Amino acid sequence: MTRFTLNGKQVSSELPDDTPLLWALRDDLKLTGTKFGCGMGLCGACTVHMNGAPIRSCSTPLSAAAGARITTIEGVGTERAGKAVQAAWQKLDVVQCGYCQSGQIMSATALLASNPKPSDADIDAAMSGNICRCATYVRIRAAIHEAAKALA
Amino acid sequence: MNSRIHNVSRRDFLKSGAGLTLALVLPAAQAAQPGVAGPGIAGSGPQAAGGFSPNAFVRIGGDGTVTVLSKHLEMGQGTYTGLATLVAEELDADWKKVVVEGAPADAGRYNNLFWGPAQGTGGSTAIANSFEQLRQAGAAARAMLVQAAAERWKVPAAEIQVANGVVSHPGSGRKAGFGELAEAAGRLPVPEKVALKDPKDFKLIGRSAPRKDSVAKTTGQAQFTQDVMLPGMLVAVVAHPPRFGSTVRSVDDKAARAVPGVADVVRIPSGVAVLADSYWTAKKGRDALQVEWDDSQAWRGSSEQLFADYRRLATTPGAVARRDGDAPGELGKAAKVLEAEYDFPYLAHAAMEPLNCVMRLSAEGCEVWNGEQFQTVDQANLAQLFGLKPEQVTLHMLYAGGSFGRRANPLSDYLLETAHIVKAIDGRAPVKLVWSREDDMRGGFYRPLYLHRLRAALDGQGKPLAWEQRIVGQSIIKGSPFEPMMIKDGVDATSVEGAANLPYAIPNLLVDLHTPGAELKVPVQWWRSVGSTHTGFATEVFMDELAVAAKADPVAYRMDLLAAHPRHVGVLKLAADKAGWAKPLPAAKDGKRGRGVAVHESFNSYVAQVVEVTVAADGSFKVDRVVCAVDCGIAVNPDVIRAQMEGCIGFGLAAALTGAITLKDGQVQQSNFHDYPVLRINEMPKVEVHILPSAEKPTGVGEPGVPPLAPALVNALYAATGKRIRALPIGEQLKA
Repeated sequence: MTRFTLNGKQVSSELPDDTPLLWALRDDLKLTGTKFGCGMGLCGACTVHMNGAPIRSCSTPLSAAAGARITTIEGVGTERAGKAVQAAWQKLDVVQCGYCQSGQIMSATALLASNPKPSDADIDAAMSGNICRCATYVRIRAAIHEAAKALA
Repeated sequence: MNSRIHNVSRRDFLKSGAGLTLALVLPAAQAAQPGVAGPGIAGSGPQAAGGFSPNAFVRIGGDGTVTVLSKHLEMGQGTYTGLATLVAEELDADWKKVVVEGAPADAGRYNNLFWGPAQGTGGSTAIANSFEQLRQAGAAARAMLVQAAAERWKVPAAEIQVANGVVSHPGSGRKAGFGELAEAAGRLPVPEKVALKDPKDFKLIGRSAPRKDSVAKTTGQAQFTQDVMLPGMLVAVVAHPPRFGSTVRSVDDKAARAVPGVADVVRIPSGVAVLADSYWTAKKGRDALQVEWDDSQAWRGSSEQLFADYRRLATTPGAVARRDGDAPGELGKAAKVLEAEYDFPYLAHAAMEPLNCVMRLSAEGCEVWNGEQFQTVDQANLAQLFGLKPEQVTLHMLYAGGSFGRRANPLSDYLLETAHIVKAIDGRAPVKLVWSREDDMRGGFYRPLYLHRLRAALDGQGKPLAWEQRIVGQSIIKGSPFEPMMIKDGVDATSVEGAANLPYAIPNLLVDLHTPGAELKVPVQWWRSVGSTHTGFATEVFMDELAVAAKADPVAYRMDLLAAHPRHVGVLKLAADKAGWAKPLPAAKDGKRGRGVAVHESFNSYVAQVVEVTVAADGSFKVDRVVCAVDCGIAVNPDVIRAQMEGCIGFGLAAALTGAITLKDGQVQQSNFHDYPVLRINEMPKVEVHILPSAEKPTGVGEPGVPPLAPALVNALYAATGKRIRALPIGEQLKA
């Protein structure tokens, strides 16, 4: 059994240790906001925070989450930065199909935690692991600047 | 295309009584969240007491909530927002109180008016075909609310006003919300025909109402097929054959069945399915399967060989798609002839949500949860397999995590795969089919591989006297239910669209087509902007080659040949002006700069793009800026149009830079995003979108921004380097 903190609550999963955290979150703990896109850490749709840092949950074994603090899209809005990022995304209508956006928002929130005033180049570097097939990138850049402004 | 309402049957506007309540069993955590735009599940929204449903598209609750039923799929293009805007405009609703639900599958009420009796989403038609229909739906509801107020307040209906969700009578100072009048309105007859607003009175159309799916999609609450969980549901992962046309020879499933959590292993026509309690368990089971494949019927060719075959074919005449004058004759005697061949690889749609489908069989019929794009076709195909009537197939239309055409499959491929699995286990459990990224990448139904061969004769002034375009590639339509309608005299309309209707004034014009592929088993399908994905490139790059040969400015050269096509001229001029085409491109320290242009019409929308690049000494390059002009008629939601142009540019750029599915010995060589790279944020240029003001009826925006990008880019690279790219993707060609 693996115990960890999920969006501020103690949870446990009895899935095998080698199960990717993504599938423990989705199939076992029923939080489906975190998405499956590639299964190889290539697209970022599965991004969650582990102890505040962005990780690809599709290629992180459940065992690695033991004792950790995990935040998903369902919980990030309770944090100041996460709330600001979601608000900026809504204000600029970033989303199209929306499937990648949980991962985008998790990566963007983590970026702002370490770099409160990122340049376009900083954004490109921090966000290039998150694919958006609808190519909402112009608005992702703008929304991160918008959120940074709101948090300043 | 004609956007006149021609087949709205009278019963569309009859009262639908208790409305559309479909049984839906989902865990409470998955249910619709109040205050969040509907998760796209038909009938799942709260049916407030005291409401009314004047027609199939709008329901007004006792709490004043206006629910718009969307007959079209929301796969990213802003359809839910656009359709709701049309209703809300004529209803004078409060936008904040409007929610959207996916309509059920019922072609009698929800057919695509451009597709005759079929319901479905595609061809950039959602807003175009609904423009008057949904405004009528909103206007009818408004008229009934007004009448209810007039009777309650005993005042003439003509004195009543409606604004922002409030019905009022200025003379007496009386006011009521929609909810207070809904029940009384529901007792009134539904008006047959209601006058629509004069466009000058539009309050929402043209004003960029915020998207209805933003909140749900930024908080993790939006429900996609991948997120559906039904009680007792099994997840299925399928081992597919390594080649198109291979079949299963034998299966050893002992190890797979030994994986804890694996419930069953079944053989189906498309492979071997492993069913388990979760995706990861099912995938482990699939990894443990020992399958021997029979390749005797498989196609074992290669992309390289196809190009060689197509190149040979392109030297012989094909089926004629358009003939003006005598192009071959003129080419035979011309002093100056230009020739070029353009190569296009197979392309995968590669939507972010890999294909999936949830299905449950019961005594009443079959129930499906899906990013549902092709209702009538899917109902028919599933009904046939199960021996049901089409109306016994219930389709819950969920948000699709992208599609780009893939979820509208004429053969209902992945739905039928799910159905075969459900059938193989005698319907004893609901099944969620999940394709991995690798399954999705290798599963076929690609944009076909194409080759175009063009020849042109120029007169003494450099003007084209003759243009001959030979197109070689698989037909998307052949073998589908659309063959009788869309293939005429051996010409698949989708293979030549964008070429056969070349707008340039050229007196001698021949466009013909070879359609190989009877034995070629690589499945193909429409891919965002369909034929224009290759015809737009071939025509607009060749036009650039002509302008270069004529030593003419590429914009002026085109303008001169477009006198009869003012909408092409309109966007071309707007894009060129906004890009500062008349002024030289500022130099860069880190490389050679270049600028290219292309203009193309698809799905009755007109788009021109100017692309600016900087090419470094080693041949690597950066796309700096794209200036885009679009004429899509009345701009229902300018911000959504801008978003679609931005997205189309990114999507087109991905294909231009790196997009290629290649085959070798019948096997697809790509599998995931490391070897089928798509655009990432660091590659996204600055984009400026300009919308041409128009009073024409709205046309689509989901696809028409794609075709001009690749030719404008290749033309820009030529301007910078003098090297002409004639094969996509561009890849490393400038480095050679």
